[in-house]
Amino acid sequence: MIEIKGLHKTFGEQKVLDGVALQIDKGRTTVILGGSGVGKSVLLKHIIGLLRPDRGEIRIEGLDITRLEGKDLNEMRKKFGMLFQEAALFDSMTVGANVAFPLREHTKLKEKEIKEIVAQKLEQVGLEGLEEKMPAELSGGMKRRVGLARALSLDPEIVLVDEPTSGLDPVMAEAIEELIIETQRRLGETFVVITHDIHTAFHIGHKIAMLHDGRIVEEGSPKAFRRSSNPVVQAFLARGEEKEV
Amino acid sequence: MLKAINAVGEGVAGYLREMGRMFLLLLNTIRWSLYPPFRFDLLFQQMERVGVKSILVVVLTGAFTGMVMGLQTFYATRKFGAETMVGVTVALAMTRELGPVLTSIMVTGRAGSAMAAEIGTMRVTEQIDALFAMAVNPIKYLIVPRVMASIVVVPILTIIADFVGIVGGYFVGVIILRINAGAYVANMEKYVDLDDIYNGLIKAAVFGLILSLVGCYKGFTTTGGAEGVGKATTQSVVLAAVTILMADYILTAVMF
Ligand SMILES: Nc1ncnc2c1ncn2[C@@H]1O[C@H](COP(=O)(O)OP(=O)(O)OP(=O)(O)O)[C@@H](O)[C@H]1O
Ligand SMILES: [Mg+2]
Repeated sequence: MIEIKGLHKTFGEQKVLDGVALQIDKGRTTVILGGSGVGKSVLLKHIIGLLRPDRGEIRIEGLDITRLEGKDLNEMRKKFGMLFQEAALFDSMTVGANVAFPLREHTKLKEKEIKEIVAQKLEQVGLEGLEEKMPAELSGGMKRRVGLARALSLDPEIVLVDEPTSGLDPVMAEAIEELIIETQRRLGETFVVITHDIHTAFHIGHKIAMLHDGRIVEEGSPKAFRRSSNPVVQAFLARGEEKEV
Repeated sequence: MLKAINAVGEGVAGYLREMGRMFLLLLNTIRWSLYPPFRFDLLFQQMERVGVKSILVVVLTGAFTGMVMGLQTFYATRKFGAETMVGVTVALAMTRELGPVLTSIMVTGRAGSAMAAEIGTMRVTEQIDALFAMAVNPIKYLIVPRVMASIVVVPILTIIADFVGIVGGYFVGVIILRINAGAYVANMEKYVDLDDIYNGLIKAAVFGLILSLVGCYKGFTTTGGAEGVGKATTQSVVLAAVTILMADYILTAVMF
């Protein structure tokens, strides 16, 4: 379980996180919804210790990652897989080498086994046979899917996913959502998914939380979330449904 | 006037601040280079990139510098009939001074700037964050191999530049200007010590350290998107060149 308490973060004058509190259940998918620029990506980077909060804590299995350093922090990070919003693929490496990277760095698997895993992960994101391509030759949506394959390559305990479906056509978006649901179920991984797409949120989330004005203003099961009386949530839902019609 | 003095003062303070931060990065780099696993694969990859990229430009620079030195010293020594000293002068200038300095300036332009651009791009596109997130330390993965490779490769390139420069001087002096070949070579052998060459190579190693550390530092601290990468790249070349020349003075004062 990941427990976020009283998280504050300010960049210069700009207050981004203002007391975020959230429980992320083990072996479930938690979706964080929120408007553009509210600090969703910033929150995700805190969870893996890429950003340090001004105040507050993030306990992962009891250990506060905001206080970890050096070796302990690295050991903790090995439990994670992360898809960055812009994929952050290594542009000096092929697609295959990108997906293989965590396997080569952190396992003693043989080259043949690595090749098999890479092929399988690429197939899961609908990009089979693209091992030899360079990231620069891919579209934005394809990059993001390679990023997802890389995040999943070690079958990590916790997967952080920043906007998995934005920029994808509806059919591909659906396929990626199915992949997340299926992977989560099969391996019992903990997923934290950021999105501003209501449809994605309700499709994959066991729990949905809404980030607004630096705080989690609503959280609960999809059912409870839909019934929320919070005006921000209602506005978000109304816009989302409109789009679907 | 006051404004100008202020601006200079701020410039110097900024330079010193950067040096301080770079020194910290150097300590970190040394620390990470001592921990296993040792990444020889990455080291060889960088040695190839730094070396192969720069070899042609180093050969050209060395050749023409040696030739011009030959010509200039010929005009100077002719006045008092000491033309046979041309070879010594060229050889000493190349091995002690011009070989290491010009080679490292050229490598700064070719490879140091590329380090800043590459690592800077990785910074602004979150690839550095991705390394951290995958529990791979970017200092160990990116900076250690580049710095180590430069420390090894710049002296090797300097040997090439020295050699080509001396051959260039010989070509101009003996073949074109018809200085007596026997005396030319004899004087060179008499007055050039192995120490001159060694000291030049020590300089080259230090310059290799400087240009790679500056390139990596500028890349690693890049902010502000593609524009920021461009800025970091130019700044890395200027900063490295200035620092190399300063270090050259200090090393020369200490060694010779
Ligand atoms: N490293 C940083 N330095 C300064 N400001 C930052 C930094 N990272 C993020 N911010 C600021 O924090 C705010 C929140 O950014 P964040 O990327 O988390 O938004 P987001 O919710 O992910 O938005 P989007 O849906 O557009 O991705 C933004 O205003 C951004 O300018
Ligand atoms: Mg974001």
